[in-house]
Amino acid sequence: MSLMSLTAVQLGEKIKNREISVIEAANAALDAIDAKESSINGFVTVDRENALKRAEKVQKDIDEGNILSPIAGVPVAIKDNMCTKDMLTTCSSKILGNFKPSYTAEAVINLEKAGAVIIGKTNMDEFAMGSTTETSAYGATKNPWNTEHVPGGSSGGSCAVIAAEECSYALGSDTGGSIRQPSSFCGVTGIKPTYGTVSRYGLIAYGSSLDQIGPIAKDVTDCATVLEIISSHDKKDSTSIKRDDIDFTSALVDDVKGMKIGIPKGYFGEGLDPEVKEAVLNAAKELEKKGAILEEFDLDLVDYAIPAYYVIACAEASSNLARFDGVKYGYRTQDYNGLHNMYKKTRSEGFGAEVKRRIMLGSFVLSSGYYDAYYLKALRTKALIKKAFDEAFAKYDVILGPAAPTTAPKLGESLSDPLKMYLGDIYTISVNLAGLPGISVPCGLDCKGLPIGLQLIGDCFKEKNIIRAAYSFEKCEKKL
Amino acid sequence: MKQYETVIGLEVHVELATKTKIFCSCSTEFGGAPNTHTCPVCTGMPGSLPVLNKKVVEYAVAVGLATNCNITKNCKFDRKNYFYPDNPQNYQISQLYLPICRDGSIEISTKDGTKNIGIHEIHMEEDAGKLVHDEWGENSLVDFNRSGVPLIEIVSEPDMRSADEVIAYLEKLRLIIQYLGASDCKLQEGSMRADVNLSIREVGASEFGTRTEMKNLNSFKAIARAIEAEKERQIDIIEAGEKVVQETRRWDDNKEYSYAMRSKEDAQDYRYFPEPDLVPVIISDEWLDEIKGSQPEFRDEKLIRYKKEYNIPDYDADIITGNKHLADIFEATTAICNNPKKASNWLMGETMRLLKENNMEPEQIKFSPKNLAKLIELTESRAINSSVAKEVFEKIFSDDINPEQYVEENGLKTVADDGALRETIKKVIEDNPQSVEDYNNGKKKAIGFLVGQTMKATQGKADPAMINTILKELL
Repeated sequence: MSLMSLTAVQLGEKIKNREISVIEAANAALDAIDAKESSINGFVTVDRENALKRAEKVQKDIDEGNILSPIAGVPVAIKDNMCTKDMLTTCSSKILGNFKPSYTAEAVINLEKAGAVIIGKTNMDEFAMGSTTETSAYGATKNPWNTEHVPGGSSGGSCAVIAAEECSYALGSDTGGSIRQPSSFCGVTGIKPTYGTVSRYGLIAYGSSLDQIGPIAKDVTDCATVLEIISSHDKKDSTSIKRDDIDFTSALVDDVKGMKIGIPKGYFGEGLDPEVKEAVLNAAKELEKKGAILEEFDLDLVDYAIPAYYVIACAEASSNLARFDGVKYGYRTQDYNGLHNMYKKTRSEGFGAEVKRRIMLGSFVLSSGYYDAYYLKALRTKALIKKAFDEAFAKYDVILGPAAPTTAPKLGESLSDPLKMYLGDIYTISVNLAGLPGISVPCGLDCKGLPIGLQLIGDCFKEKNIIRAAYSFEKCEKKL
Repeated sequence: MKQYETVIGLEVHVELATKTKIFCSCSTEFGGAPNTHTCPVCTGMPGSLPVLNKKVVEYAVAVGLATNCNITKNCKFDRKNYFYPDNPQNYQISQLYLPICRDGSIEISTKDGTKNIGIHEIHMEEDAGKLVHDEWGENSLVDFNRSGVPLIEIVSEPDMRSADEVIAYLEKLRLIIQYLGASDCKLQEGSMRADVNLSIREVGASEFGTRTEMKNLNSFKAIARAIEAEKERQIDIIEAGEKVVQETRRWDDNKEYSYAMRSKEDAQDYRYFPEPDLVPVIISDEWLDEIKGSQPEFRDEKLIRYKKEYNIPDYDADIITGNKHLADIFEATTAICNNPKKASNWLMGETMRLLKENNMEPEQIKFSPKNLAKLIELTESRAINSSVAKEVFEKIFSDDINPEQYVEENGLKTVADDGALRETIKKVIEDNPQSVEDYNNGKKKAIGFLVGQTMKATQGKADPAMINTILKELL
């Protein structure tokens, strides 16, 4: 049995007890990568040499008693949109194909302080734009459950390498479901925390007002443990929030007695795969058996979430991605004639189709004469969605639904119909618009043997509610 | 011929005197090797995020209060999107929708009297880097040291009607900002930049004409020349039955001519939207009171006080308060020596002369009020005479020397009454019988010659007034 089949906390425990060395753990990950990467393609960069060097250093720190964290020495994979000093950080784009940052993202620094050993950088949809990890300039990642299927996205690489047991846990980022949807497709657990909980400093922005970093792992315990470590109040991120309730592991309690769970009717209507529906409702029943109180309700404005999201995210992206121009770093076109030609050719050659589509969409909705009709309206919709959730959380502790309407589609099926792909984000997107925490936990398999994810949504700063509910579900759930 | 009226509004950019940049902790210090005052934030590295420098808000609010603006207590930043290599993110963080100050005004005085000029808004923003064109190759290089230096843009209402009013407005604005210490406001060095929006209309017309925006104005003189030239150009166009084109023009002060940079049709769509990486700036009542409480005494208030407290000529008060640094030196000197008249004289006379001679600005004065005060005390106590004092002042001006020590070390002290001086005068009297006789015969002027001889004999160290007294006594 590979060490990579252990959870991060289990492996951390063995390292702490000197049953396994940090080097052995790193080598186990590297061996698994050697064996599986050709079929999965979950990594853009595997940093073998530095991982082993780092493992040695961490072992020393552990031996000297300098690091006491539960994941000290455990190998981690980082989504390739988080800056890692002197290590390629490509956002799975050609335009950053040669980019080595001069600094490390705050969330990654927090992990390093806890003794994490970075094995490599994981594949993603280019600049996190996509739901399948097929828009990567470095080839699609395959779903370990069935390599003819996508792993979801945009954190598809991070989810796939955990599902394939190539690494112990990973960091992903979630702008409209990019942690929860691929977690669902890959049968792993992922949390998108409350906006402002994890510093965005060093996260290469897609939609700044929606982006959050979160953990992806084998179970709820790992996720809560890692989230506790990466959460911090960072003065370098003005949107970072000072919280004194980030002891998320304290919520790892198998008890949902009296917990009020709201089930939005609109989440179970047209477009939802019957098998997904059944698995998610069964999960709800399991929680009910443990004493949770279920109630169906109408969550307003669900239909408006997708257009509002794509307007806001694309508008921000069109500006955030302007800096990739061939002047300072990254790709520059070979032949050009003057500045504007250089800009045009660099960006035409450097960005993929989906990124260009969203830059154009975002530039359009911000242009003079359209700003009020699109962007301002989308901001107002966002505020109304937040209000609808506020009303729901006045009644419920947790909102329960699917993470995605289907299980993982086949490779190549989604990109031909981007609108359909956008609609696949329906259950995850409003959580980002409202800044809420959400978790996806596996809750079954469909007839093709592909995983189904249960999504639990909490009120702002109420990660502990969804961690407790997910943990309780995990304890009774038998299907995976 | 028809009578025309010039309508002018100004957009004034002022570089704020903060120690660090607006969104990161890099130094704003001028000079420095290229790209040494930089970090991931001000070079637009992926993943970096801006954090607002509180001091920028304080300066902006202080300028807003001093120009009678309403302060936006919940203001926000917006992104202005445009591509240019000196702009590392390809957007500038600025303010469009909720600028920090709005609806202010300042009173200006010209030879035609006083007038209020409206201030439409003041907003905060970041400066761009600088492009350096490689003289040998075909490359351009970028220096990001300036990138992220804080600016405020003060947008006036179109309330000015002449170059005189424009200059008066700019001088007033400059003084207010200098008094606040918010900027040194040097046009030549670019820490204050003014763009002139100008249009022409027939006198009595209610509608504005089509305006142009003039850039690259590096001195008050250039601004005055550009306004005259643009006024003439637009009148010529209208007189010829043609239409003024709305465009941005660049002034060439050597050729005294402007040329079109871009017309409205080429104007970029900046796609402004709220900056998602920054939270709204909330200015609490307490913070506002704190800023209000630390506002300095401005020039207009100083003028009134100077007349009342110091009894110095209006003209002197006007010149001295016309520069914050000069006013500070004056007040500090007076506080020590309690002799405003003499302090003012030294500043108005010798200081101005030496500034002019050395081609210096009043800001460059580096002597300490303490030393000027000591010099005044030395002359008042007649320890040195006025010509020695001038010599000593030159040393104070250039090297900020301690005058007491300098006078002592160089033996410049006035020869005192007792002993030596009386003896010297006796000898002068003996040696110049003719003059003594002339004096005694009623030629009172002859005493001047004897004083001169005494000064010569003491190598200029004696106090002429004292020589006079002793001479009269001995004669």
